[in-house]
Amino acid sequence: MTEAAIASPATDTSRRVSRWRFAHVVYRNYLVWRKLIGSALVGHLADPLIWLVGLGFGLGRLMPPIGGLRYIEFLASGMLCYSAMNSASFEGLWSAFTRLKVQRTWESILNAPMTVADVVIGEWVWCALKGTLSAAAILLVMALLGIVQTPLALWVLPIALVVGLAFGGLALIITALAKSYDTFTYYFSLLLMPMTLISGVFFPIDQLPKIVQTAAQFLPLVHATTLARALAVGTPVDNILLHVAVLVFYAVATVVIAAKLVERRLMR
Amino acid sequence: MLTVEHLHKRYGALEVVRDVSFHVPVGQCFGLLGPNGAGKTTTLRCCLGLTQPDAGSIRLVGLPIPQKAREARLRVGVVPQFDNLDPDFTVTENLIVFGRYFGLSRRECEARVGRLLEFAGLTDKADARIEALSGGMKRRLTLARAMINDPQVLFMDEPTTGLDPQARHLVWDRLKTLVTEGRTIVLTTHFMDEAQRLCDRVAIMDQGVLIAEDAPRTLIEREIEPVVIEVYGEGVERWFHTYGKTLSSRAELAGDTAFCYCVDPEPLMKTLEGQRELRALRRAANLEDVFLKLTGRDLRD
Ligand SMILES: Nc1ncnc2c1ncn2[C@@H]1O[C@H](COP(=O)(O)OP(=O)(O)OP(=O)(O)O)[C@@H](O)[C@H]1O
Ligand SMILES: [Mg+2]
Repeated sequence: MTEAAIASPATDTSRRVSRWRFAHVVYRNYLVWRKLIGSALVGHLADPLIWLVGLGFGLGRLMPPIGGLRYIEFLASGMLCYSAMNSASFEGLWSAFTRLKVQRTWESILNAPMTVADVVIGEWVWCALKGTLSAAAILLVMALLGIVQTPLALWVLPIALVVGLAFGGLALIITALAKSYDTFTYYFSLLLMPMTLISGVFFPIDQLPKIVQTAAQFLPLVHATTLARALAVGTPVDNILLHVAVLVFYAVATVVIAAKLVERRLMR
Repeated sequence: MLTVEHLHKRYGALEVVRDVSFHVPVGQCFGLLGPNGAGKTTTLRCCLGLTQPDAGSIRLVGLPIPQKAREARLRVGVVPQFDNLDPDFTVTENLIVFGRYFGLSRRECEARVGRLLEFAGLTDKADARIEALSGGMKRRLTLARAMINDPQVLFMDEPTTGLDPQARHLVWDRLKTLVTEGRTIVLTTHFMDEAQRLCDRVAIMDQGVLIAEDAPRTLIEREIEPVVIEVYGEGVERWFHTYGKTLSSRAELAGDTAFCYCVDPEPLMKTLEGQRELRALRRAANLEDVFLKLTGRDLRD
């Protein structure tokens, strides 16, 4: 190195490393994502378009209106949350596990002046951003199909962000415990899928057994679909604060647990 | 710069670091040697605050570890035992992204990249993807990455494992430069010639315990007779039992080779004259002899 390098020991950088350190992790993931932006965006737009048009119009033709909504309106507002959940989960499971175990990216970050909390919070926020982006793509498709008309619908984006945080946090817990990718298939098909079916994404839940409906209330997704449906297509809703509180609770509780578990795994 | 006192670390029932103490002053190169599983990596991880010790105290760049480990790592560079370069990025991007974790701006990182690539002999590979690098190039990039924050102390866990002789010499040369610049280096290695060449002091660790610590030359003088004669070939066993054992200060038969440690090699050399079947190599004692004497010849793991 040059003399200048010797003269300036690296102490002066410390001031600039703030409590926003997790943003470096978000930024890292963003840089990688940007390299694949073409296929990523096509996926984000094409996927919901195919689902909505296929299911919404195809199946919708056979369905009676649900609570005054055409089926495609019902479905699209459910899909907002479903796809935020899916995107965030995928990112927090497969992608995060790759960085944790296969690529040892998290270990390398911990060699820098970063903590496990910085890494986990960064990944958590990144999951939520991916989830929000998916929801935004659906919202765009909904707007193009004329399903949403009021700018009020933009409020589903912050909801999607919290949904992303809740499911991102949950996914990071699973990742912290996982030995291999196989675990994630179980998580998806044994937990997320059944939950989706009782959370009013594809069909209303009021014809389900009472006990199932009650169980669903303890899970985050039903609160998300209720809120999103109200905002996107104007179904009436009460207890808004309760719905938000459940989502926020899941988001915060899961990331705290995930950070503890990752700490136990990496710092042993 | 680094002080470790009475460090203990256990995994389950196994105590893998037992009462380890050592001190590395500013500007020194300190080598931690030991067979596989001795506890070298665990010791380094404790020093960096990457794992919680069960007992003991550590100070790194004047800060208590693990309490202030994150702050300490601002001034530290780390070359981990296993490369963890980011395969999603190119060579240059790896350096820049890593620099961001230190709070360096993109521009600052970019300004440092050129010098670091030159330092690691990777200038031609600036835009290469990580998969396209050979093992040796990856190791050198890891070294360059550890320098992005212009660290005062470098922790290197087997920095030259897997390198060809050319690359190894390049790394040695770079490490010497870093020490001349006043930086402190803590390294582990399985290459005794490397330790002898680079380190001001070495500590030998076995089964979690530090069993010797000194300057390499002092250790050799203290532990080993100055001359070593290695003998192998047909009938070495007979020769060993009649002459080897009796005419040297210390001798051992390992596999098909007799190692005789002597102060005065002449009587032994005489017995080898005219022995057509036996081949002999006479050399000065080195750190490897010390290492094998202190840790034994048995395979670990
Ligand atoms: N996370 C862990 N969990 C359980 N045991 C561990 C863990 N890390 C290390 N060990 C054990 O601690 C002992 C010391 O390991 P360590 O990696 O520190 O050795 P080392 O001296 O670096 O060896 P090598 O030369 O092979 O790299 C070994 O017995 C190892 O199996
Ligand atoms: Mg090791």
